Amino acid sequence: MHDVPHDDSKGQYFWVWGALLVLTAAEVLLAYKQVFQPVRMLEILLILSVIKSALIIGYFMHLKFERALMRWLLVISVTACFIIMYFFFFPDADRILQLGVK
Amino acid sequence: MADATLQHDVVQHGSAGDYEAPLFGAYSKKVGMWLFLASDSLTFGALLVAFSYNRISMAAWPTPFGKESIANATIMTACLLSSSLTMVLGVFAAQRGDRAWTRNWLLATMAFGTAFIVLHGMEWSKLIGEGLTLSGFPKAAGPAGEFAAVSQAVPQFPATFFGLTAMHMLHVTIGVIYLGVVALRKLFLAILAVIYIAGYFLIPSDNVFHYGIHVLGLGLILAAVILFLKPKDYDAHDVEVSGLYWHFVDLVWMFIFPLVYLMSTKIT
Repeated sequence: MHDVPHDDSKGQYFWVWGALLVLTAAEVLLAYKQVFQPVRMLEILLILSVIKSALIIGYFMHLKFERALMRWLLVISVTACFIIMYFFFFPDADRILQLGVK
Repeated sequence: MADATLQHDVVQHGSAGDYEAPLFGAYSKKVGMWLFLASDSLTFGALLVAFSYNRISMAAWPTPFGKESIANATIMTACLLSSSLTMVLGVFAAQRGDRAWTRNWLLATMAFGTAFIVLHGMEWSKLIGEGLTLSGFPKAAGPAGEFAAVSQAVPQFPATFFGLTAMHMLHVTIGVIYLGVVALRKLFLAILAVIYIAGYFLIPSDNVFHYGIHVLGLGLILAAVILFLKPKDYDAHDVEVSGLYWHFVDLVWMFIFPLVYLMSTKIT
């Protein structure tokens, strides 16, 4: 069914699993040490989460090996929806904080 | 006009062949599951945005998760990540036609998923016992706990925390039932019925999961309808599609864990 030839060995999935565990450990370490300010911490944690989700979608969910049309259509449409949500809601949340509403 | 109609017919029913290759190069139930997951990701996206919106707009957002809670959530994360690996191994076994190992890997995946639910349930029970409840819900018996004041001062915290994590826990529970149906078929109905009845009588009536366990009852009815009305021998494609759902549940937690737990740590 897949039109892209790929190495489907089990070994790569163990590597991905190991990488996900290491990234999780890094996240927990950052939270324990609290080396960054909250906003910077949020940015770093979100970047790590996006990397982890890309590994899960690409390898475990096999999207990396699907046809390009399916790959791009799914990724672009869902990402676009999240970007729209972001622009709708977060400036407003920040505005409320700036106004000092308790 | 008549020519145009004729040309249209030629295009529709020409001699190019009766079979048209699928647009995405994948079988229909796989495409269907991907479309469902895309829509479901927006459900979780909306809940995560709601959580983050409140988190940003409230200056005095509580940070109730101490070392014990973070350690518990880390173990839960490891359980889900490991369950994704066993799920992949189950798909491999199904693709090479090894029925015994397909079942074994699916059961291992279910075991990790069940461990996640149990650990999450214990975390919830602990927080509720310490006073973290939704406004309008009955308060825990006994003296007011550490989080009773948090529930009063920032009701958005328990509302978004329980809303988001309950939705995820529901998805994990549905995932375990889904995998049970694929792995064990009708045998799973008996196992699920025993767990449901035992859970209902063993969980104390003042615990939220005494009522939450009815999700298993609904799952039991739904699984029975599917298994009796459309009995089939689940093949490698069915295992792969169930795996897509399971990995998605894992994927969502990769955002809940840092946003909800790690950004609200109380490490002293």
